[in-house]
Formats: sequence, structure tokens, C-alpha cells
Amino acid sequence: MAKLPLEGIRVIEWCPIWAGPYAGMNLADWGAEVIRVENRYHFPVYTRGVMLRTPELLAKQTAGYAAFKKEGYREETAHNCFVIFNAHARNKLSCTMKLQDPKGIEMFKRLIKVSDVFLESNAPRVKESLGMTWEVVKEINPRIIMLSMPGFGGTGPYKDYRALGAHQEGFGGHTYLRGYVDEDPTTTTTVYHTDEAGGLTGALAIVMALYQRSKTGKGMYIDMAQVEASMCHLGQAVMDYTMNRRITERMGNRDYHGAIQGCYRCRDVRGKWLPAAPLMGMPEEIEVVDSWINITITNDQEWQGFCCALGNPDWTRDEKFSDHLSRLKNHDELDRHIEEWTREHDVYEVMHLLQKEGVPAGPVIDEQDAYSDPHMRGRGFFEQLTHDDAGTHLYPGLACRMTKRPNSLRQPPVRLGEQNEIVYKKILGVSDEEYAELEKEGHIGTDFADEAIGGGM
Amino acid sequence: MTEQALSDIKILDLTWYISGPYCTKLFADYGADVLKVERPGEGDPAREMGPFFQDDPHPEKSGLFLHLNTNKKGITLNLKSEWGRRVIKELVKDVDILVESFRPGVMERLGLGYETLEKVNPRLVMTSISNFGQTGPYRDFKASELIIFGMGGSMKSLGLPEREPVKKGTGTPVLFSGGNAAAMMTMIALYAAKTQGIGEHLDMSLFQAQMGSIDRRMSELIAYQYNNEVTVRVDRRATRMFPYGIHPAQDGYWEIAAVGSQWPAVSKMLDMPEILEKWPNIMAQIAPGAREEFDAIFVPWCFEHTKKECVELGQKAGALCGPLATTEDMLQDAHFRDRGFWVEIEHPVVGKVTYPGAPFKAEEMPWQIRRPAPLLGQHNQEIYCEKLGYTKQELVKLKEAGVI
Repeated sequence: MAKLPLEGIRVIEWCPIWAGPYAGMNLADWGAEVIRVENRYHFPVYTRGVMLRTPELLAKQTAGYAAFKKEGYREETAHNCFVIFNAHARNKLSCTMKLQDPKGIEMFKRLIKVSDVFLESNAPRVKESLGMTWEVVKEINPRIIMLSMPGFGGTGPYKDYRALGAHQEGFGGHTYLRGYVDEDPTTTTTVYHTDEAGGLTGALAIVMALYQRSKTGKGMYIDMAQVEASMCHLGQAVMDYTMNRRITERMGNRDYHGAIQGCYRCRDVRGKWLPAAPLMGMPEEIEVVDSWINITITNDQEWQGFCCALGNPDWTRDEKFSDHLSRLKNHDELDRHIEEWTREHDVYEVMHLLQKEGVPAGPVIDEQDAYSDPHMRGRGFFEQLTHDDAGTHLYPGLACRMTKRPNSLRQPPVRLGEQNEIVYKKILGVSDEEYAELEKEGHIGTDFADEAIGGGM
Repeated sequence: MTEQALSDIKILDLTWYISGPYCTKLFADYGADVLKVERPGEGDPAREMGPFFQDDPHPEKSGLFLHLNTNKKGITLNLKSEWGRRVIKELVKDVDILVESFRPGVMERLGLGYETLEKVNPRLVMTSISNFGQTGPYRDFKASELIIFGMGGSMKSLGLPEREPVKKGTGTPVLFSGGNAAAMMTMIALYAAKTQGIGEHLDMSLFQAQMGSIDRRMSELIAYQYNNEVTVRVDRRATRMFPYGIHPAQDGYWEIAAVGSQWPAVSKMLDMPEILEKWPNIMAQIAPGAREEFDAIFVPWCFEHTKKECVELGQKAGALCGPLATTEDMLQDAHFRDRGFWVEIEHPVVGKVTYPGAPFKAEEMPWQIRRPAPLLGQHNQEIYCEKLGYTKQELVKLKEAGVI
């Protein structure tokens, strides 16, 4: 059995929120030793919580992707129980360094000297103000690979722009292309595709650079803008503008390439649920009457299958739906017929009825469905981990499997400063006395300092 | 110029449509020698998918195909023929990577399963991209971009509470993303094959890649474990905090999230110091009627400015904001132009057209266009005659038999 691909590669991760840490997660999953450098005197908003020692009252209102673990909530350990962070932090190490202090910078530089990769996704002014630019880094370690992946990249007029993922989506054209056709764009909800694209592309860039280094022996600086990595994913819209000067508009759930497609309501099977909607002033409990199926009908053969699954009701023989072009022309009316049928059935039943006839269909899966989904269970996607502050839970596992290199999650999401001792003593060779000194000076610890400054965007 | 990082890497590309070709494009653009194998006759179905140059649905004019297949060489080959399979086995001997995106089981039925190919080339990295993966109860199910996002991704929380959930943007960003994930995994496996001398077979499921995505999905899955709460759709306009969300401007829309500590920036942006006194803290902001009163000032202010002006004033004041850029705005945007993101590529049929460029830049690892997407069967003679040693007469016979 072969070793994991990236065993022996040491990565420094100095990154907020999602995009950079997602790149780090992919490297850690496949064997790299990924060390997060964190700072007890800087509270990273949205990375490890919504504010320093978030009061319980506020924490109880958080929900969805920005939730804290609510049961057994403690302000002192809240930063280890925040799901934005715990989503990417498995298999990683964490150490703390006070970077406002010259000694902290010296420790950071010592870590750079003994690492293969330096991954950072801060606004460019952060590395500039702390003197951690490539010019400095390459002098310390000419073999290191430094990837800087801020939202807008390391050059250009927006280099110092302040933006959250939501705004990056807008600059990169994605927000304009999303949402209902018949509603105002102000209703369009936020996605974080630049984090997904940026994280995947960042990890690709790093491993490619490791390969190049194995041939040249030289390190390198890589400049990546999360927005640009994401813009490559909008191929159809971009090319229609560059070739035909046509501005692509939002299409809701319709298919760009002309299939019959939609998201249809199914029979409700649910009871009452607590809503997971962050700070939106929602009632405490709402009735979710929510069960949806996505269906795509690409060609005549799939249409025949679809009609067959429905038992060939009369309306399917209507002239208006006799061929693909007429179906496209009468898409709205067709949608109403389809939904009349789907509403009478359970969502999984619809999927199986249609798939049996060769028609692409699948439920819109919520978290509860996901954990009970037979396919994901069958593939062993979810894995159980025990976290000292959050307890024992299932976690989403590896996105991909290798045949010859069996792999699973090795460690739960890392707690702040959890591996300080390993990093300082084993990796940096700090003596016991020096370690005690650093601890006294506040560099080393497992919680944020009372005087920690928030912000960081 | 520095040698490209992947200039010594050879890839046999049996993929079609979107995810697979985007995966191999990322390799080709950084130097890999990618040989794309297409069906004789129609070729890659992406050739029949829009947008088309000047709206002419010609197989060499698909903008989607042109974007996805830069820097690749192309041959045609019928894999169902005995000769076709022999050629694949011959080519596999000499490549580092094979990527395929057929339905699970097809490669085995063709006699080209990993177990067979591994014997021909033990260092081979083979990546199999499919909707649901090579195993599991949904293995043979059909899917589309919408279906993969609905099942794998966090679609259920997008849209209005009373309406149907909505997918990501027009086009197929989820399929591009799956190709991006496949490229990352393939690169990791290639690095392992090169350093350890052992090949690999990757089972890349687009569904699973979405389940493991950082775009809210993993966080929401963990939140459910921690709190037993299911994420629901909310109307973001209902928030009492301000200014927050998408707002209309004179010529389009822009988005801002300048709540809490951003409040002084808002006062600077609007040039209204008085709002700091009027609503000094979050409690004053969420008081009944406050939002309506602020909107009475803010909405007209937005309409007095273009989306670009709103964003420039906001950024100058330090507020977190951005425009809802159209493709036209993106192409004209000074930032992406200044960074040299857009590139012009000359193609024998469509001529010079602008394409998206490098997703990342490094002097020691250049991104480079060496050739545009291949014409159907463009490199048949080069590959079959010069590389594999068949004669031109043999090529004619194979063409007549529908093999190439």
C-alpha cells in the first residue's frame, strides 16, 4: 500500500475564512502537514466566529453555514465550535504567533525556513504591513512555494478593495447570472463560488509548483485572484459576449443548452423544523412544506421515458409537446403539467420512477436527507470524529477516492493552538525555557487574548 | 522563457462535454501534451452546444468547445472497433495520465478498464469522472448540472422561502467546478506517481465533489450535526440590518454589506456624518422603523449613481461592496484588463476571439497558449502516421470504415 501523495510536504496556512483554508484542506486531506498560523491578538471575524468570545445570546441566533455549536456552548471555546471553521480544519495543525511583536515575526520566519509551501489569502496589505512579501520570503527560503490568493490578486486597481465572497461573486459576473427570471435581482441569495473555485485552483497550483520544483530545484511565487479562478467557470456567458457581444441574463433553473428543465414541488413529508437562517429575525419555529425534485429532459428518448413514467396521460399527447422545439416553446405550460404530477408523489419516489425510465431526475437534498442518502452512505462519505470541545459527530468526508491509497479523515477540526508544543519544540527547535518565555509573553496559548482586535477583511 | 511545469507530461483525453475537458484544459494550458480523442463524425457533443460564433451552429464554432479545449491536439477514433482499442492500448504505454468521463462500466466493457491498462503502464494515473461515481446505488443514474447541484450542493437554501430553490448561474458553473476538482485530484495523484513510482485510479464523482464543497455545503452539514437544524431559504430583503444586500442603482445593481463596524464607512460613503448620531449602534439600527427611515435616504442615493460610482464611493470609504457585473462589465473592467486576464486566441475558423486566461500566474510556471482548440480530426495524420507508423493508405481505409 502506497503512502499518501503529499506525505513529507510541510505547508504554512495563513488564511482567513474559506478560499485559502479550502486549498489547505485539500492538501491536508492527501497527506501534507498543514500548519495554520493563528494569532491570539487578532480575532479573525467569520473565520473563528462572529466576534471575540461571542455572547451566548448572539451565538444561539447563528444558523446555517455560520452557526456555532449551541449545546454546551461556552464563550471561551466558541472559536473551536464555529462551523465556517470546522468545515475545512480537519487534518490540520494549529499554532499561535503574536505577529505584532518582532519575536512573533522571527518565529514565523523560522517556520518559513523549514517549510515547502507558504499559502496565504489575506488582503495584500496584510503581508505588506508585516513584511512577509515574496522578496523577504525567498531570501529566507529560496525553495519555498508561496501562493498568494486574495480575492482580486496581487496587482491591479482593485488590489486593495475590500470585499466579502458575496461581493467577489458580483465583480466576477456570477451574481448577475443567478436568480429567478420573474423576480427582482434584490431577491438573489448569496453563493460562494469564488471560495470553491479559488480553493480548488489554489491546491492545483501548489501541487503543480511542487512538481515543477522537483525538476528545477527552485521555489516560486504564484499570484492568484479568487475572482479570476471563478470567472473561468462562466465559459458560456463569457464566450457569448466575446464572440457575439451578447450579454447573458439570468435564467433561473432553465438550461442554457436547451433541455427542458426545472425544479418542481413534490408531496410534503416533513413536520416542524427549527429554521437555520442567520440573524434574519425569523420566527423560532416554522413549518417547512418543502420538498423539491430537479428534472432534465434532454431529447425525445427522455421525453418518451418521462411520459411512460407518468402512465402516458392525455396531456402528453398534446400537439404543443409533440417535439423538442414545441416543448421548449411551451415550457411554462409543460412545467405546470409536470408539477401537477410531482406534487402527488414523494420526492425519492419521483426520482426512482423517472430514473427507471432513463430520465435524469434528482431531489434537492437538505442536510437531513444527505446523512440518510443511501448512495453517500454506501460510498462511506460521512466519517465520525471526536472533537474535544464539540463532541462526537459525523462529518462530510473526502470528496474523492484513490484506489491504491486508501484514505480517511485522520484528525478532527483543529483547535486554536492545539499543536503549539509540536510546532515550537519539534519543528522550530525551541528549548523548554524559551517555550515557557513565549507562553508568558502571550505568543502561545489556546484562546484569544482579551485585548484581541477584530476585523481582518 | 521558463519551461512550462507540465511540458514533460502526456495525457490521453477520452473525455467529452464539460467537466472532463475543463480538467484536461487546466493541464494543457500549463504545458501538458494533451491528445483529445473524439468520435468520428460528430466529435465531442460540446461542439453542438452554444454559444456559437455569430450564432452559426457549426461544429468548429462552439465558444464552449473552443474555451474548453485550448492547447489540445485532436484525433478521431471509434473506440468500439477492435482497431480503436488497440490504438488506445498503444497510446497508453506512453502517457502519464488518462482521463475519461464515460458512464461507469463503459471502459471495462470496451476492454479498457484500469486493471487492463495498468498492466500496459503501471505508472498510469487514470481519472474516471462521472456523475455519481463508479460505485453505489445511483451509479447508473442520469444527471444534469441542475440535478448534481440539487443533490450534492447547497441548492435548498437558495431562493425565496415560498418559491422553488434556484441553481447557480446561467451556464454550467457546477460542471466546471467538478472539472476543476478533478484536475486538482489528478495533479495530486500525478505527483504521487512521479515521486513514488506507483500509478493510481481516481473515482471522481461530481455529486460527491459538491457534497464536499466549501461553498456552504460542508458547513451546513456540520451545523446539522451540531444543532439538529436544517437550513431553509430566507428572503434576504427582510433583514433589519442596513445597508445590506443587493440594491438597484441608476444603470444596474450593486451589493453592499456594511453593517456593524462598517457603519462609519457608510457615513463617509454617503457623506452624511449625521447618520452616525441618528443610529449610533446596532440596537438603534434594528429598532422598529429605522430601516425604513434609512432606506428613504439610501435608495434615492443609489439611484443618483451608476453601479460603478456606488462601488467606487463605497470602496473609497472602506465599505464592503461590489457591482453586479454583466459579462460586458467584466470584459471592460480596468482591473482584469490591467492584470492581463483576457487573452486573444487566433483560430482557423472563427479567427481572433477573446478568451478567459490564466487562473493563476507564476514566472517559474508559465500559462501559455500554444494552439487553439483542435479541429475535428486535425492531428489524425500526425498521430497515426508519424507517431504510430501507419501509412496514409491505411488511414484512408480506416476512414472509409468509420474508425477514424
